[in-house]
Amino acid sequence: MKAVSNTRIVVVGNGMVGYKFCEKLLSKKKDGQDFTITVFGEEPRAAYDRVHLSEFFAGKTADDLSMAGIDWYAENGIRLFLSDPVVDIDREEKLVRSHHGHIVYYDYLVMATGSGAFVPSIPGVEKDGVFVYRTIEDLELIQSYAKKARRGAVIGGGLLGLEAAKALLDLGLEEAHVVEFAPRLMPRQIDDAGSRMLQSQLESLGLHIHLSKSTQEIKGDDCIEGMQFADNTFLEVDMLVISAGIRPRDEVAKIAGLETHPRGGIVVNNQLQTSDPFIFAIGECALAHHMIYGLIAPGYEMADVVATMLTGGEKEFLPYDMSTKLKLIGTDVASFGDPFVEEPACRTIRYENKAKGIYKRINVSTDGKTLLGGILVGEAEQYNMLLQTCKNKTILPPDSEDLILGSRGGEEAGAGVMSLPDDALICSCEAVTKGMICHEVGENGHQTVDALKKCCKAGTGCGGCIPMVKDLITGVLKEKGVYVRNVVCEHFDYSRQELMDLVKMNGLKTYGAVLDHHGKGDGCEICKPVVASVLASLWNENILEKDRAVVQDSNDRYLANIQKGGTYSVVPRIPGGEITPEKLIVIGQVAQKYGLYTKITGGQRIDLFGAHLGDLPDIWEELIDAGFESGHAYGKSLRTVKSCVGSTWCRFGVQDSVSFAIEVEDRYKGLRSPHKLKSAVSGCVRECAEAQSKDFGIIATDKGWNLFVCGNGGAKPQHAQLLASDVDKETCLRLIDRFLMFYIKTADPLTRTATWLNKMEGGMNYLKAVVVDDVLGIAEELERDMQNLIDVYKCEWREVVESPELRKRFTHFVNTPIKDPSITFAEMREQKKATEWA
Amino acid sequence: METITDTINAVTWHMACYVDDIPEDGGGCAFISGKQIAIFNFSRRGEWYATDNQCPHRQQMAISRGMIGSQGEEPKVACPFHKKTFSLQTGQCLNDDEYRINTFPVMVKENRVYIGL
Repeated sequence: MKAVSNTRIVVVGNGMVGYKFCEKLLSKKKDGQDFTITVFGEEPRAAYDRVHLSEFFAGKTADDLSMAGIDWYAENGIRLFLSDPVVDIDREEKLVRSHHGHIVYYDYLVMATGSGAFVPSIPGVEKDGVFVYRTIEDLELIQSYAKKARRGAVIGGGLLGLEAAKALLDLGLEEAHVVEFAPRLMPRQIDDAGSRMLQSQLESLGLHIHLSKSTQEIKGDDCIEGMQFADNTFLEVDMLVISAGIRPRDEVAKIAGLETHPRGGIVVNNQLQTSDPFIFAIGECALAHHMIYGLIAPGYEMADVVATMLTGGEKEFLPYDMSTKLKLIGTDVASFGDPFVEEPACRTIRYENKAKGIYKRINVSTDGKTLLGGILVGEAEQYNMLLQTCKNKTILPPDSEDLILGSRGGEEAGAGVMSLPDDALICSCEAVTKGMICHEVGENGHQTVDALKKCCKAGTGCGGCIPMVKDLITGVLKEKGVYVRNVVCEHFDYSRQELMDLVKMNGLKTYGAVLDHHGKGDGCEICKPVVASVLASLWNENILEKDRAVVQDSNDRYLANIQKGGTYSVVPRIPGGEITPEKLIVIGQVAQKYGLYTKITGGQRIDLFGAHLGDLPDIWEELIDAGFESGHAYGKSLRTVKSCVGSTWCRFGVQDSVSFAIEVEDRYKGLRSPHKLKSAVSGCVRECAEAQSKDFGIIATDKGWNLFVCGNGGAKPQHAQLLASDVDKETCLRLIDRFLMFYIKTADPLTRTATWLNKMEGGMNYLKAVVVDDVLGIAEELERDMQNLIDVYKCEWREVVESPELRKRFTHFVNTPIKDPSITFAEMREQKKATEWA
Repeated sequence: METITDTINAVTWHMACYVDDIPEDGGGCAFISGKQIAIFNFSRRGEWYATDNQCPHRQQMAISRGMIGSQGEEPKVACPFHKKTFSLQTGQCLNDDEYRINTFPVMVKENRVYIGL
């Protein structure tokens, strides 16, 4: 096909695929080619990311989801008509007519009308409170209706249905039901056993799942009140979301007389031409190779094929791999190749771990040489490798079960990502191969994920390939003999651990001295806090003295947490969460006097928000007079040691957890480390203090204490692991001394203990060997270093309050005592809150 | 407030503070004619800089509390809120093309710091 100069192209539909087509056409355009592009979209918004639509409920805005703003179309000379669907195509005259009456002539027409929700013809489906889950507008309707609903249901147990059900829970409904006609969830992707595993995971999150259920009628007067099923059961619900599949939008194509399939879809050939060779169809409206491709990657590939041909290239759309991996409400689900092939056509290997909610299945060819397909539920780390092994027909190792079980002989199964052939597709959204990535890394010096995103778009689609992209970067650099070192930044050519050793050896105590001796340039916001932390962890001198104030990060700089609007919050230390009525009163009085918002923290303390910078020393003076100390809530340092009430009051308690928590908190208060440190002490095995979610946690036993380490709450929760059991208090503290000091000395900046352990070669066994068995012979030194830090502890806020020199820096303006006039607050529940970001 | 008018260059120099008021290799904020100006004493380079105190990203008045440093040869400051970094010479945001802050000339004379507005 040859493109004539100034080709008029009309794109019908402005979804993800329609947008991608425009982008690809522009990027493939050659010199001398000229296109006049007109796009018609039915929705009021320009194309947005429908794959991540559910994130709208998690706080993403329509803007966040947008693929490209309206400006992008204007800048590229594309005419975009929104809220204006094409209603008629005149193939004789080669023109389209839109809803608003626009008439545009074309040389080539690209149908990218996508699909709509398939709504089964159930009586009562028109009632109020019944929704579909397809566009941002649908989600807005669901969001507003959910405010008055208590029980909701979703028809459809596929990917979108399950996401919709989770959204109902997130919107605050008390009950969320999933009703699926088939006997299993996600029937297109996973088998019965995988579905059972997924079902138990989802049920543990509070979803109610009903399988093999056929909805007969939707009951209620004007609004939905319940669902009547074919098996004579009834479910009371106040709202219903239908997500029972998609229906290709082929109405206009039908009117225009293009060939469509009786069950929907515009029929296209391998060039994606419809029955009219000047009209193409791409994405979910197109029926290619007898099927509708309901995923984004094949849709983008279709856009690429048509864009290639219209710019004079040659390309065919081949049957596309429908392998997929997704995270469904926190559970990984993946299927690849042929997931359902059964014996005797293959050999099937299954692994099931109900306790952990993991199910894996691989289908291996009868000769045991190649991988045909498989299913992963609950853990899908191996997905990318398995997919590549399957696609490239890589010869399998003799023990093919190692592919999903991991090798038990020490060596990893397979040689990793570098063993893949060059044409292995790594990023399927943007069709980037291993060879292309390796070339960019090795020859063009694009050695970070961000750089690769810019130069070849790898990882810019669904993002699922980013771990492999990272492995490829490391792999290529290693092959080139580059030793990949974890240096701090452009000013220090050392890792944090190396830098700490150097600073200690040379006894350096200021940032300036460290930069002069071991760095270059003038420093930056990355290395300054790192060096500040190293200095504090080595010498424990006041962090604001000498030249150290100006190298502290935002919070440490003023010994308080900077909040929205530029005010600060104050957290006095309340060791173990124990506080006298007298001290509570003082906190209340201080909050009243300085107009502060008060809230109990997750760590059993009280946070006072909304303090002006200039008020901080006065606030602390009053708190210190009443016997409080800094709580270091602003520092990468020990925060709180949470406790349950323990044996002093609790009828189950076996040890005095509060006393021990106070002792532990007093011992390590003010200790600065690569990241914040949290701890807890529980008085019995019921674990009310949640010690197993802490960097170090202690749980009482009949005989003593169990010590757990490297747990984490937060964004990526991880349970702490047992380091020692039934030890006495002294031993417990000695082990914590060693553990913390080893962490402080060896962790990378801003690495929590959990991540530190995850990266440690040898893992928990190695950590135990160092801390408990002292295989490195450093235990004594670690304990000594810790004792030195403990011995020199001083409350840094007391030092500021007592030093006119330090106190002077706590003002907003250097030339007037007035407070920042730009600070404003809003009212909420009889307290104040920060005004929203502008 | 003390001012010096330089008619040749059409600049009015406002006395902002004394040299000691701004920590070495750090910043401070001065209130000048109703405007908040961040002033930096980059003593490591023997240079002074002044910029808007407001970060254009979230309109927070905090640039003066940010850490200063260099990127290559370019002197810069990082907003303490979300670490947008700005060139102290041009005011251009170095990690987000969308943002820019104003910069102002600084004159140090007899232990006093003047800002040209």
